[in-house]
Amino acid sequence: MKSSRLPATTVWLTLLFFYLPILVLVVNSFNAHKYGGSWDGFTLKWYVRLFEDRAVWHALGNSLVVALASTIVSTVLGTVAAYAMSRFASRLQKVQYGLIYMPLIVPDILMGMSLLLFFLSVGFELGLASICVAHITFCISYVAMVVFARLQDFDYSIMEAAYDLGADSRTAVLKVLLPALAPGIAAGALLAFTLSIDDFVITFFVSGPGSSTLPVHIYSMMKHSRFMPVINALSTLLLVVTFAAVGVSQYLTTKKGNGVK
Amino acid sequence: MDGLTFEGITKQFGDLKALDNVSLSIRQGEIFSLLGPSGCGKTTLLRICAGFETPDSGRVLLNGEDITGLPANRRRVNTIFQNYALFPNMTLRANIAFGLQVAKVPKKEIADRVEAMLQLVQLEKHAHKRPNQISGGQKQRVAIARALVNRPQVLLLDEPLAALDLKLRQRMLVELGDIHDEVGTTFVYVTHDQGEAMGLSDRIAVLNHGVVEQVGTPPEIYEAPRSSFTAAFIGDTNFFNGRVCEIVDSEYCTVEIDGLEPRIRMFNDKNLRANVPVDLSIRPEKFSIHRQPPDSAQERNTLRGVVENVIYLGSHTKWWVRVSDEYLISVTSQHSRFLLDKDPIRWEEEVWISWHADDGYMLERYNESDESLVALPDTEVQTLEDEPE
Repeated sequence: MKSSRLPATTVWLTLLFFYLPILVLVVNSFNAHKYGGSWDGFTLKWYVRLFEDRAVWHALGNSLVVALASTIVSTVLGTVAAYAMSRFASRLQKVQYGLIYMPLIVPDILMGMSLLLFFLSVGFELGLASICVAHITFCISYVAMVVFARLQDFDYSIMEAAYDLGADSRTAVLKVLLPALAPGIAAGALLAFTLSIDDFVITFFVSGPGSSTLPVHIYSMMKHSRFMPVINALSTLLLVVTFAAVGVSQYLTTKKGNGVK
Repeated sequence: MDGLTFEGITKQFGDLKALDNVSLSIRQGEIFSLLGPSGCGKTTLLRICAGFETPDSGRVLLNGEDITGLPANRRRVNTIFQNYALFPNMTLRANIAFGLQVAKVPKKEIADRVEAMLQLVQLEKHAHKRPNQISGGQKQRVAIARALVNRPQVLLLDEPLAALDLKLRQRMLVELGDIHDEVGTTFVYVTHDQGEAMGLSDRIAVLNHGVVEQVGTPPEIYEAPRSSFTAAFIGDTNFFNGRVCEIVDSEYCTVEIDGLEPRIRMFNDKNLRANVPVDLSIRPEKFSIHRQPPDSAQERNTLRGVVENVIYLGSHTKWWVRVSDEYLISVTSQHSRFLLDKDPIRWEEEVWISWHADDGYMLERYNESDESLVALPDTEVQTLEDEPE
């Protein structure tokens, strides 16, 4: 029987749909034409321009600072929250779960506005600190959910076993609980980092002068569209970095999997 | 005083009284089983001993020292958990070394003791593996080694064989016994499986609804159950209700069973008086089954009946014999010779079952623990309050 061509066609069309825009972007970053309407020849000048643009580097620095700080804080808080939710079941547990889950479903624009109003009303100066606080707010939820899922099949009797063998709480947590949760915590932290580094909507509301993160800066560059090709170059670089990161992480996971199994 | 003692332990979970004034004393070096159905409080008692639960009242004494308030990590007591609770991120060697490392034992000594334990449980070759790379029986042995390497004064085992299949369970039971012989630590073994408890223990405490029903050696528990609960929970039995009829001599009496024709001759070890109501328990293997009326010896009881059901069980056969409207008696008999038991008794045959007067056992009706039921202490009288220890 001859197999249908439909599945293969669907796959290719879907892939094309996904990746054609990215391809266009990558190609245009090497296009000498200013608006990318037609091919004017190969050039690297947009990359040169990018590396000379200090504002971009400043924004990237901001983004990294914010992402690192909010990842660290939200990973610690989210993990603790997840542990408390799974370990000490009470009638309030469902309420707590709901409260932690809430930021995942509340629209970003609402979060951004409410945070902005909050910061203004308490007189919190808008800047990197306010962005960090905002990012931590929603990152905690993601970390808590990921770690909570991991805790669902965590066997608490291994904690009891640790106490039984003479360990104090600190040793039991450091040597038994954290290693067992490590994959969940790492996944939560990675998620928090990605969410923080590319968040636009909330950051847009709570950033102050001079504290633009990369997404906010790119947006303002696009408003003055003369920087268009530079943005393409920047995006292409980000793409390369992202693919490299994904590749490394995949490599590490499979390698670790082989070691354990 | 050596050993482990529970004094009046009571523990309540919400409305449920898990343990009700439980007192037990476990001798140094013995294998002591806590046996009972699920929810009887046996695991709670074990967790109180390990330090994971605090009793509402009562004390736990280890070698005379009150450890009731001592946290789990400061007790010289180690536990083997039902699911083993091995640390998944550590190798077997690291699992076993954990307790010693926490106790800051010198590295050289840790290495030696862990190696000795690996040898004891025969896992030297697997020491570098992680718990998810080994079988259930091996996990069990790692759990034992991990606990014993700390040289605990008491080893607590919480249904350690429940997760294993039957054959492996039987082998591990023998291994547990061997390991106990080797190390001599007190074992407290929690189980709902009477076979495990009987096979392994020096003594057994039968628990039901948070109360100790009986403490005794396996033969005592099996042959002389104090209550109908113990009689029914341990092994198979037939119950009869009746009343003492006539005191024959200092040892025997006759008992009239409601709805059963001949009076039964019974060993009157409790010196009950005439007219006292009694419950009898007679184990299926105590009966003999015959096609012809057996010779009526004075010390044997005989009942006539009809076989209602026959179950062939390999090593033995079980007959259900209807002896009256109320009583369907289960009788078992071993096969002595392979396929040579001539003409086995079949369904609907008329049979006689007989048993020796010593082979039935009078149970105590514990709600009627009234002194007036018992004859005055002219001979050796056991009162109901006596602990058969």
